[in-house]
Amino acid sequence: MNNFDQQELKAIALKVREHIVRMSTDGGCFTGASLSAVDLIVYLYSNFLNINPSNLNDPGRDYLFLSKGHDVPALYGTLAELGLLDKERLKNHLSLNDHIYWHPNTNIPGIEFHSGSLGHLPSVAIGVAMDLKISGSNNKVVCILGDGELNEGTCWEAVLVANAYKLDNLLFVIDRNQFQANVRTEDLIPLEPLADKFKAFGAAVIRIDGHNFTDLHQAFTAYPFQQDKLNVIIADTVRGKGLPSIEERADRWFCNFTAGEIGQLLLELHGEHDTLLTSETLVVR
Amino acid sequence: MTYEELLTEMALANERIIVMTAENRALVRNLPGILGKRFIDTGITEQTMIGASAGLALRGRIPVVHALAAFLTMRAFEFVRTDLGIANLPVKLSGFIPGLLSDGNGPTHQAIEDISIMRGIPNVTVFAPADEDDLVKMLPQIWQSKQPAYTRINTRKTGYEHAPFTMGKAEVITEGNDVTILTYGLLFEQALIAAEILKGEGLSVGLVNMRSLKPVDEQAILKASTQSNLVVTLEDHFLTGGLYSIVAEVLLKHQTTANVLPIALNEKWFRPALLPDVLQHEGFTGKQIAERILGYKTTYHQPQILTPEFSE
Repeated sequence: MNNFDQQELKAIALKVREHIVRMSTDGGCFTGASLSAVDLIVYLYSNFLNINPSNLNDPGRDYLFLSKGHDVPALYGTLAELGLLDKERLKNHLSLNDHIYWHPNTNIPGIEFHSGSLGHLPSVAIGVAMDLKISGSNNKVVCILGDGELNEGTCWEAVLVANAYKLDNLLFVIDRNQFQANVRTEDLIPLEPLADKFKAFGAAVIRIDGHNFTDLHQAFTAYPFQQDKLNVIIADTVRGKGLPSIEERADRWFCNFTAGEIGQLLLELHGEHDTLLTSETLVVR
Repeated sequence: MTYEELLTEMALANERIIVMTAENRALVRNLPGILGKRFIDTGITEQTMIGASAGLALRGRIPVVHALAAFLTMRAFEFVRTDLGIANLPVKLSGFIPGLLSDGNGPTHQAIEDISIMRGIPNVTVFAPADEDDLVKMLPQIWQSKQPAYTRINTRKTGYEHAPFTMGKAEVITEGNDVTILTYGLLFEQALIAAEILKGEGLSVGLVNMRSLKPVDEQAILKASTQSNLVVTLEDHFLTGGLYSIVAEVLLKHQTTANVLPIALNEKWFRPALLPDVLQHEGFTGKQIAERILGYKTTYHQPQILTPEFSE
């Protein structure tokens, strides 16, 4: 834990977004879903979780589970910027010589469990949180879920079970970027009022702006905001945050940009100008 | 010794063991009071229970998890495959009322593809004890192994005293030149009766309790196929993917063949009733098995089959 100030957090987040853009070519990745989670993940590793290069196998560390999976480029970038993962390895995206691919896996230092099949890690996180309670340990367990992922019934099973076992050492963070893979959540399987749903299942809920480091700081320092309950933070985010040319665009779910576009997008990240994208989009039917 | 007594003894001796259930307490009724926080009932959530067992195993625990076999292996299949199989975690699945043991429940509760689907997952080991004596002889090794394991729980008492268990080894009861019956689980009891009838008809009969279906005892299968004119695979499982398939795979792997008679549930669920009636209706009594093998009716008496207590 580094306790970076806002300027430092913003600088790290910008670098992580640059990594994501660089991974969005030569096969591509889930760029939009990653960009929405960047500020959350950067904040968690920088200022909240007791996870650092020297304690990755220490039973006293905190745990982060990335259940939505598609946002793993944001995690790769964060791990690289904070010294948990060799930055050079990011160049191996999708290479057979490494394990940097579209979903999290435990060959990457700092990744506790593989994911990709949605609705799994809430329960795996419960198991870890249960053991910490049984063992009398105070470590924290965070599980990041996508909003589209909440279609899966096992997420809601997990909320019931976590509350039944009073797992206040467990925190679910919802990356509420309003999109499933291809369409807006509210146009397919509406989730709102989302906070009320979690509350009705017994959880303690805070809703914040997931790109505002002041909000993030207030929410995470307030944790546990209720004892003996699952704590849930709904982080309102923007899919594609930082790249106006793909923000909230359903057809830019998975991005495989041309080399030329990457250069433009890196400039766009720094607010220089929008990019005229010509690469293939995913047709939304 | 019963399943519950064994689990109690092992859990008290080893702090790493956690007993879990998805509200199926038939085998573990006394354990909440004995184990306290190391007894976890997640409610009727097989998937969440398996996911949580993976999390507990990540922290060094050995979860022994309980649910009805049908729901443990099928409702939670992808969780077993993805959370236990990929990660190769030492979670021990105890599937209750597998095969014909779900007697009167009906097809929703029939786990008769469990061997097939569990053995299809890399790293997952599969076991099917013949009776309670076999079960308690097998479980200590199964629970001590570092791999995920699925066990078809069978607590029936047959009075047969089994040989000590070795992982990956079958228990050869008898050897014979005319016919060898390969079986596992509940039908072992009927296979003993069938073997006696066949001997009475003058045949040289082999009987093998397969016990460990993955890893499987390839040598026992190969030996039966070379020693006997006929190999019978007897199982309360769909014909697809169970022991008949295992034998076919082993013979093909070793570039050999054999005269094999499969006795299994062929592309159908079984008719629900009390167990003795199910066995009779589906042709799985010892007498019926012997007559299938002989090809003619006999005058032998089928011993009475005990009805299990309601145990869901």
